[in-house]
Amino acid sequence: MNTNEKQFEPHIVGFLCNWCSYTGADLAGVSRMQSAPNLRIIRVMCSGRVDPSFVLRAFQLGADGVLIAGCHPGDCHYQEGNFKALRRAVFLKRLLRGFGIDERRLRLEWISASEGEKFAKVSTEFTEQVRALGPLQLQVPQEALAEEEAMAA
Amino acid sequence: MIGLTIDGKAVQVQDGTTILQAAGFLDIKIPTLCYHPLLKPFGSCRMCMVELGNGARGQLVTSCNTQCQPGMVVNTASKHAQEARRLLLELMLARWPNVPILRKYAEQLGLTAPRFISVVCDRHEDACILCGLCVRACDEVVGANAISFSDRGIQRHVATPFDVESEACIACGACAHVCPTHHFKFEGEDYKGKPPEFLLGPNTAIYVPTPQAIPRVPTIDPESCIHFQTGACEKCVEVCEPEAVKLEMEEEEIEVDVGQILIATGYDTMDPTPMAPYGYGRLDNVYTSLDVERMLNAVGPTGGRVLLKNGALPRAVGIVHCIGSRDENYHRYCSRVCCMYALKFAHLIKERTHAEIYNFYIDIRAFGKGYEEFYSRILNEGVNVIRGKVAEVVEAGWSKKEEGTLLIRCEDTLIGKFREIPVDMVVLCNAIEARRDAEQVGRLFGLSRSPDGFFLERHPKLDPVATLSDGLFIAGCAQGPKDIPDTVAQASAAAARMLGVISKGVVEIDPIRAEIDDKLCSGCRTCVPLCPYNAISYLEETKVSEVNSTLCKGCGTCVAACPSGAITGHGFTDDQVYAELEGVLAP
Repeated sequence: MNTNEKQFEPHIVGFLCNWCSYTGADLAGVSRMQSAPNLRIIRVMCSGRVDPSFVLRAFQLGADGVLIAGCHPGDCHYQEGNFKALRRAVFLKRLLRGFGIDERRLRLEWISASEGEKFAKVSTEFTEQVRALGPLQLQVPQEALAEEEAMAA
Repeated sequence: MIGLTIDGKAVQVQDGTTILQAAGFLDIKIPTLCYHPLLKPFGSCRMCMVELGNGARGQLVTSCNTQCQPGMVVNTASKHAQEARRLLLELMLARWPNVPILRKYAEQLGLTAPRFISVVCDRHEDACILCGLCVRACDEVVGANAISFSDRGIQRHVATPFDVESEACIACGACAHVCPTHHFKFEGEDYKGKPPEFLLGPNTAIYVPTPQAIPRVPTIDPESCIHFQTGACEKCVEVCEPEAVKLEMEEEEIEVDVGQILIATGYDTMDPTPMAPYGYGRLDNVYTSLDVERMLNAVGPTGGRVLLKNGALPRAVGIVHCIGSRDENYHRYCSRVCCMYALKFAHLIKERTHAEIYNFYIDIRAFGKGYEEFYSRILNEGVNVIRGKVAEVVEAGWSKKEEGTLLIRCEDTLIGKFREIPVDMVVLCNAIEARRDAEQVGRLFGLSRSPDGFFLERHPKLDPVATLSDGLFIAGCAQGPKDIPDTVAQASAAAARMLGVISKGVVEIDPIRAEIDDKLCSGCRTCVPLCPYNAISYLEETKVSEVNSTLCKGCGTCVAACPSGAITGHGFTDDQVYAELEGVLAP
């Protein structure tokens, strides 16, 4: 076994809604459940807050996979925010295809506050799926990136 | 008021009172067959004959429908009256010799050997004596008129038109209720294995749910009440002196504005019928814990006595713990209260029947104050405790004499053997589960539930009464199985929390809100229908939209949707999220 070759560790960003999935992830932590360390969590109040440009920015900045996790349909803390997330995720996948990004790199999950086990499972599973897809070699021309940053300032 | 004398006693009555009623005020009993207090007097049976005046000037009248006149002198048991009744009974006994009420009246009159024989003699104890009470009840009280007398002479009988099933009959049971010989029978469903009295339901359309109900007022079941089907009856209104019964009352929907809600909707018990090996619903004398609680209750169907279905005392009783609890196939959790009530049953049943008691347990959970001490006491009383699961309950009677004996097949893990224990009665300690409508209630209030189905508390250790939604609290078994002391403690905690919020006088809301920059807003109104709280309104004058910050809950859906980027989600702005992304994805 070639010990010099390190296994590809995917960078996964997770947008977790505060009330259900983030709490579920917290429960997984409190219960000392083992899961892949590749998932970096960004907390939002509701999965409906996730702007498609967040997902695209994440891929731009080096993420190999993005997870959006929200409450189960019907159980959204803000009534329907997760339905909006669902709609956006569907269109985002189409958009990613257009960019040449494998749509399997974006995953939408419903995780409730008591589903710590599910969170750990999804985190590990998704990490393995993205690892199998390999690193996302997104060619972003440096000039375009600099231009964008200048505009935002 | 009218003054008259009955059997030498003077009495004053209202105008319109019948002699029978007046006699009733004096506690003088006059025999009747066709009279019923709820029906208009008919005077057909002639049993209630009394003599007005005396001697040769005496006159026999039916007391049930003769109104009192001033100065009347009534003799209810005069020689003539008694002779008249005796003859009536002789004639009736010839035809219906075994009907208890006729025999009772005959005995009272000293009649032992009727002189007549009838060609249409009916020897049944529940023979129809053609009193007509059922017909009048169906007509006057029910208003359905489904039965009447049919044919003439000795063919006369009570029937539905053409002796076929009547559509007019509403199956109210009024006929069975007034029948003096129990000729009409209620035919109930077959509840093999479960005595029908244990079903907590009304036996009249107007009923007090249990003798210990709070508030202890009757309620009307509109599905079985005759009035709600035919418009007739209203007997309850008639007999209620304070006129408290109002049949026109309708269900009202009341809207109450509140700031906080406490959900204490309780629990349901698991129905053990699907667990076929235990025989609930199939075998006689297999009961759930609630059935036994009802049986042990002093105002229950057996008056507190522990009896088998055939009325005998059990010689041995098996109490099986953990039915549906701690079970991979049903509920993995422990229902917490069963071990203690199982020990309570062991104590009470042994006390009342001196039967041999067997408790089949996995662990004895005696976690509270005085609980372990109680367990020791039960052991000292000679209750047998067997550590092992029960595999099945079977019928085991070998002879007719042993019919009904049950056999419990179990494992005794402490001696490492399988055992078969013959008992007369089995008590199943069935699991506590979340209420069947917990999902709907959860949706209604926006409450999450834990995997076991009970409502989710904010934090299992540090906040067991609050939920993830501000202002919404949970207490009692709605949050998880628990016994009475714990429920009281939790409920008090929740109430105190709510009072704390009220007494503060102000409510703190968090600053995570959306705000629209009117300089950037294009008035496209994409955001307006997205808000689940209707917090965004479009202003006609300025042609931009505005967020009402008291209604806004800060979910951020509008922020993400705005095509102009005009909405700021305070606390979670786009810039903040981008910065976070840069942070977590830094090389």
